[in-house]
Amino acid sequence: MAKKHFKFKIKSHHLNRSVGGDIGINIILVIFGAFMFLPMLYAFMQALKPLDELWMFPPRFFVRNPTFKNFTELFRLMSTSYVPFSRYVFNTAFVSIAGTFGHLFLASMAAYALTKIDFPGRHVMFKMIRLSLMFHATVTSITNFITMSALGWVDTYWALIVPAFGSTLGLYLMRQFIDSSVPDVILESARLDGAKEITIYWRIVMPMVKPAWLTLIVYCFQGLWNSGTSIYIYSEELKTFNYAVQQILAGGIVRSGASAAATVIMMLVPIAVFVVSQSNIIETMASSGLKD
Amino acid sequence: MSEKAVEKIQASPEEAVAKKQTAPKLRKDMTKWEWTRRQMAINKVGYLLVAPYFLVFLTFTVAPVILSLILSFTSFNMLEWPKFLFMDNYVRLFLDDDIFLIAAKNTLIFAVMTGPVSYLLCLMFAWFINELTPKIRSIVTLIFYAPSISGQVYLIWQVLFSSDSYGYANGILMKMGVINSPILWFQDTDYIMPLVITVALWTSLGTSFLSFIAGFQVVDKSYYEAAAVDGIRNRWQELWYVTLPVMKNQMMFAAIMSITASFGFGGIVTALCGFPSPNYCAWTIMHHLEDYGGSRWEVGYASAIATVLFLIMIGCNMLVTKMLSKVGK
Repeated sequence: MAKKHFKFKIKSHHLNRSVGGDIGINIILVIFGAFMFLPMLYAFMQALKPLDELWMFPPRFFVRNPTFKNFTELFRLMSTSYVPFSRYVFNTAFVSIAGTFGHLFLASMAAYALTKIDFPGRHVMFKMIRLSLMFHATVTSITNFITMSALGWVDTYWALIVPAFGSTLGLYLMRQFIDSSVPDVILESARLDGAKEITIYWRIVMPMVKPAWLTLIVYCFQGLWNSGTSIYIYSEELKTFNYAVQQILAGGIVRSGASAAATVIMMLVPIAVFVVSQSNIIETMASSGLKD
Repeated sequence: MSEKAVEKIQASPEEAVAKKQTAPKLRKDMTKWEWTRRQMAINKVGYLLVAPYFLVFLTFTVAPVILSLILSFTSFNMLEWPKFLFMDNYVRLFLDDDIFLIAAKNTLIFAVMTGPVSYLLCLMFAWFINELTPKIRSIVTLIFYAPSISGQVYLIWQVLFSSDSYGYANGILMKMGVINSPILWFQDTDYIMPLVITVALWTSLGTSFLSFIAGFQVVDKSYYEAAAVDGIRNRWQELWYVTLPVMKNQMMFAAIMSITASFGFGGIVTALCGFPSPNYCAWTIMHHLEDYGGSRWEVGYASAIATVLFLIMIGCNMLVTKMLSKVGK
């Protein structure tokens, strides 16, 4: 009996799988994995290379004498910049955190209402959200400048933070997740007990959709972290870390070591955030499907 | 007498409830407008909850689209009041602007090369990765996904394909004796498009890739067992007849993400080959928009460009979702 069970388990694992196909798949994954991974590794190697290895002919892929000199050089450059470097870091942190949390609250509140409260117009609203996933934000950048200047937000933090509140992908994912993982029965019984909608949203729905929060936070944070020069900002004091790094990157040959170090710092932060939240993001994406 | 009274008392709560339920008019007795207004009054808290988000959404996403549609019929420089021109901007765009036509051609090449190709790559890799054990799966997912979230790490391609002999590609080729002098990769019109498309593909395994990864995990294992009993013989049949129909919704979402992203690679082009790219060989509609809107302040004309770009993107997405919704029907 036990033997039979064991046999079935083996079989179900290899269901419809030929050995040749397995080998082929692994070969393809290794080839393309190398294509994806090697440039990242090279960026990392560049950051650890001393200056003489950066300018060596023929160039070598791997570093011989790894050093952190490039990072210390980067910090030295940062300390000599016109605006204290901590200011850039503060700007990025402030904009990322304010934008992300504002987006999280506004979008999840709207997502809850759109999914679970049956008010007229909600289908039209959701159609608008879906439609807005279909075009890229560049289309709106020029006319948004007009709006920003009419609001008097040009060259203020508001111009960076408030548009992030209205990001549509976050709302979309949150809505799909609430739709698939919060049963109506629970909400109905809470309503019968006299709970207000805002209480239901905050006390019942929000704790149930933690994976979706995390996904929203990660997406919004990545967007804000990677946003460089904004056309709405011209004061040096309001520019972000990413912009400062771009300036160092633009410094040319002299700064190639520091710029390699800066690239690595810029890339490690979002990767670390993703590694921590990966399983939650996948869980959220599982409900992301678009129904026609 | 007393029995009747008891009966009455017992009946009354039920009666009251019954009365309360029938008291409001039924939907069929009301006009559509009456019904809607009633629903609006009952669920007014819904509007309160969506209001903050929609205020921002309407201001920064919907209004700009409408505004640029209106401004596209005018000449506007941000200082004077717009002058109404009717179709002049569009006529100029399609008939007089040679660079726009180059941009349109490049945008289409980009979109075709990165949109569908990236979409199929996302599907293929997600499918292959799904065959791995969970621990390895999450590592491989990270390797494939990392380039799309790492900000400007794509600038490493500029180092790899740097135009001097210290660039990795030139160094290798020169050492092997294939070339004698370094190739100016990102300045040479022959190499720019293929290289930039490669870099764009490298960064393109983003949201749609994750959506597929998740989609494969959603499929119930028992479907595969049932399909095997029903005569599914290999992994291709399993993908086509079992997996794809089950994750149709993920496929649609991923398609929209891929297509929208395929129109948004202008930033990579600018970062790698400069603005404008040599001889406009990688100039896209996005650059054209940035040029007229951001540098020349011809906002009316830029709005016409934005409107055309908007229509192209929406059109492509509508077409593809229509096509995909037929899968499995």
